[in-house]
This record gives sequence, C-alpha cells and structure tokens, in this order.
Amino acid sequence: MDDDEKMFEGEGPRVYSVSGLTAEIRSVLESRFRFVWVEGEISNVRTPVSGHCYMALKDESAQIRAVMFRPRARILKFRPEDGMKVIAQGRVGVYEPRGEYQLVLDYLEPLGVGALALAFEQLKKKLAERGLFRQEIKRALPFLPGRIAVITSPTGAAVRDFLSVIHRRFANMNIVIVPVRVQGEGASAEIVRAIETVNAGLGVDVIVLTRGGGSLEDLWPFNEEAVALAIRASKIPIVSAVGHEIDITISDLAADLRAPTPSAAAELLVSEKESFSRRLEDLRGRVIANIRRSLLDGSRGLAHLRARLRDPRKSIENGWQRLDDLTGRIQRAETAVIRNKAERLSSAGNLLKRASPAARIPSLHKKLDYTRDRMILAVNAVLSSRLHSVSLIRGKLGGLNPHAVLKRGYCISRGIPDGRILKSAAETETGKSIRVTLWKGEVVCRVEEVDSTGNRS
Amino acid sequence: MPEKTFEESLKRLEDIVRELEGGEMPLEESLKVFEEGMKLLSLCSERLEEAEKKVTLLTRKSDGGLEEKPFDIQENEVP
Repeated sequence: MDDDEKMFEGEGPRVYSVSGLTAEIRSVLESRFRFVWVEGEISNVRTPVSGHCYMALKDESAQIRAVMFRPRARILKFRPEDGMKVIAQGRVGVYEPRGEYQLVLDYLEPLGVGALALAFEQLKKKLAERGLFRQEIKRALPFLPGRIAVITSPTGAAVRDFLSVIHRRFANMNIVIVPVRVQGEGASAEIVRAIETVNAGLGVDVIVLTRGGGSLEDLWPFNEEAVALAIRASKIPIVSAVGHEIDITISDLAADLRAPTPSAAAELLVSEKESFSRRLEDLRGRVIANIRRSLLDGSRGLAHLRARLRDPRKSIENGWQRLDDLTGRIQRAETAVIRNKAERLSSAGNLLKRASPAARIPSLHKKLDYTRDRMILAVNAVLSSRLHSVSLIRGKLGGLNPHAVLKRGYCISRGIPDGRILKSAAETETGKSIRVTLWKGEVVCRVEEVDSTGNRS
Repeated sequence: MPEKTFEESLKRLEDIVRELEGGEMPLEESLKVFEEGMKLLSLCSERLEEAEKKVTLLTRKSDGGLEEKPFDIQENEVP
C-alpha cells in the first residue's frame, strides 16, 4: 500500500522531519549513484588551504556541485581550471547540513588531451614564465671533461649507448655512474638526490641525465618541477638526453644542453681525442716550422754580415777604389759642369761685352798707365831737382866748412884766456896774447899793433 | 693560481703559433715563446693521455656512505 492509499485509509500522510527527509534523499541518491562517470565543464573551481578542491561541473542546461578531497586532489597531475572539459568519476553525496547534493570525485581527467599532457603544458608555461629555461642562464660545458657523471638506470640501454660512444671517441675518459630509478613513484626524488650528491663532491665537471624511450607516463619523473629546480640549482653543467629524439621533457628544457639521444649526448660532450691530438700535432708542426724559419732568416742575415765583415782590407781597397771612381766621376762631372758653366759664362760674357762699357776699359787702362808714368816722371823730376838743390847746398856747405876755410889760409883767432873768437881788432889790445888756430896747428901771438879802421889792403 | 685548463693551454698555443707566423718577433723573444709552446704542447699531450679509462658505479654502503665500484656493462645488462 502506498502512501496515497494510506492517506485514504484514514491514517493521514507521513510527515517527515527535515532531517528525516534529507536522510532518505541521501540514502536514495548515494545508493543509486555509488559509482558514476560524468562529463562536463569545470566552473567555479577553487582550492582553499585545506587542499580540498571545490568546483561545479556543468553543461548547457544544468550544473552539479563537485568536490575532490585532499588525498585525491593532491595526486592530480594537472591543475583543474575553469572552462576545462573533463571526465570525472565519483559518487553522489548529500551534504545534509546544507541540503545540497554533490559529486564526490575520485578521479578527474581532462577530456581529449590527457592529464599528463596537460600537466606538462601547464608546468612548462609556469617554469618558462619564471625564466628557468632562459638561454642566458645556461652554463657552458667543459672543453675537455676531466670526469663525467651519468645519472641513469644502470641496466638500461641508455647508459650502454652513451659509454660505447664515449670510449670510441676518447678511450681513457673517466666516468662515474649514479644509479637511479627512471620511472615510477619516487623516481623524481631519486633523481633530485643524485644531482645533489654529484654536486656535493665527486670531482665531476659535467653531468649527463639520461634514460631511454618510453611513454609520457614512463618519462614523467623527468617532467617534475622538483627535477627542473634541481637541474638549475646544480653548479655543475647538466646535459639532458631523455627518451627518443621526438620526446621533449621539462628536464630537457631546463638543462644546459639537450641531446636527442644518449649517443648524441656523448658526441656533443667529447670531441674525438683524435681531433685534439691532430690539432696539437698541427700546432707543434707550425711552431717548429716557424722557429726554424726565424733561425734560418737570422742565420742568413748573420751570414751576410759576416761576409761583409770578413775582409776589412778588401773593404778598404774597395773603398779606395770606390773613392777614386767617385772622385773621377765627380771630377768629370765637375768638369762637365764647369765647362757647361764656362760656356754659359762666356756666352753671357759675350752678351755682356757687346752690351757693356767694357770696351772702354783698355783705353782707361792706357790712360791710367800714361798718368802713372807722368806721375813717376814728375816725381822723379821733383826728386832730382831736390837732389840738385841738396848737392848745391852740400857744395855750399862744403865750402862753409871751417876746416875747408882754414885750408884756404884763413885762421881763427881767440882771446886768451877767455877763448873768445875775435872778430874785430877792437876786441883785443896791444900786448895781449891771442891764440891763432891755423889749418894745421896753433900759434900763440902777442899783439903788436891794433888797427880798427878796417882798411884792408 | 689554478693551472691552465686544457682549453686555455690550447688557446695560448694557438696564439703563440700566430705570433710566430707573423714574423715580426725579434729572434730572442721568439726563442722564448718557442720554449713556452713546446712546454704547453707536452702538457696538453699528457692531459690527453693521463686520464685513466675508468668507469665506476656509485653505490650506497650499508652504513649509508657512498663508494664507487668498477662498472661492467656486461654484468649489468638486463636481458
């Protein structure tokens, strides 16, 4: 008998309490929808501090509240966003205090793309925005590694490929393998720890992070944020070679160098020892050749000098000869120059002569000579007349010489004792003595008579 | 002062060669530089040869410490 019938039976309708009704609604819904798959679009998603993720799933005409509690929400690889089309799995639950029904989600997956792919895109965007993938912060790889650390699975193909290429190129390379799990839970933590251990001090100058190919899920540990951060935090440069050529992981983007495969990583890391050896040989050859050439040049130069120094006499003789030769040349040159100059001079002279008063010079000369002769004659004449005068005077003088006078018979009378020459008879008197100087000798006389009339016989 | 890395030595060698080829150097200086070059050449050659071929596996000891054991590819291969 249903409730309506009961009503007419006279018992009256069943009156629920609110709790009662809600409890029944709850039981009906929760048992009916214990396990459902729902497709819809996320809206109003929020994840408070509690870690529970609240949202609504909707389509064109309806919506339903949903919640994913923390334990499940935590392991979601991607971040639910408004507008995302998803497929969810859960159960219907009724929250009695608010009289609301909701979906309690156990599983959430983006429709079409795949949770992992979406998570990858989201993390890539986030880390790129933080600048983790910038080219400028990537470190340079060592030119010739002293020691290489390889973080990888010790049993995989990747490490085998890497080692064989390394040894082919550079037989005595020093390598340490750091074994880690490369997929599954906890692998990313092992990778992070491995990077830290190598940095802590294994004497390594480059790290290679590598694993072979696999699905996105297999490669997932290399897409974890923790690994990307550890790669950037490493002081030692890191080469990432994860998966196949076409796979790109977050570690590839964050690393200092990406190699498409482990073999390629080995090739990028180590030039062939051959080529180093060859380069050294080439340099050695060039150094030696150059020094030899310098020495040769030097010694040739020296030989030249020595040859010139060897015979100084020869040098001197050469010198003389050269000097003569030069002198001859100079003379010839001089002569030529002189001749040339003389010619020029004479022609100039001729010109000059014709034009000049030089013609007067000879006549002027003549005049000069004539004048000179006249002058000489005149002088001579004067001279001879003077001479004549002089001889006349000499003659006169000669005649006036007292001795000559005395010779003619005259005498000089002098008084005694005064010695005064007597010129007049009056200067003496009878009886006085006078000295008379004759031409030859003297006589002393006594005056007998004085006649001062002056009559001479 | 850290000793020259292989790369630095190689670069210095190439500089030396270039200087010598330039032909401008006085004889005495080029002899000095030649000597430096020969020294660098032998250092570089040694460096290429010195590293021992050595592949080891890092393992954790029972006491938690780390040690390195020789690593043989063949042994570790997974069928």
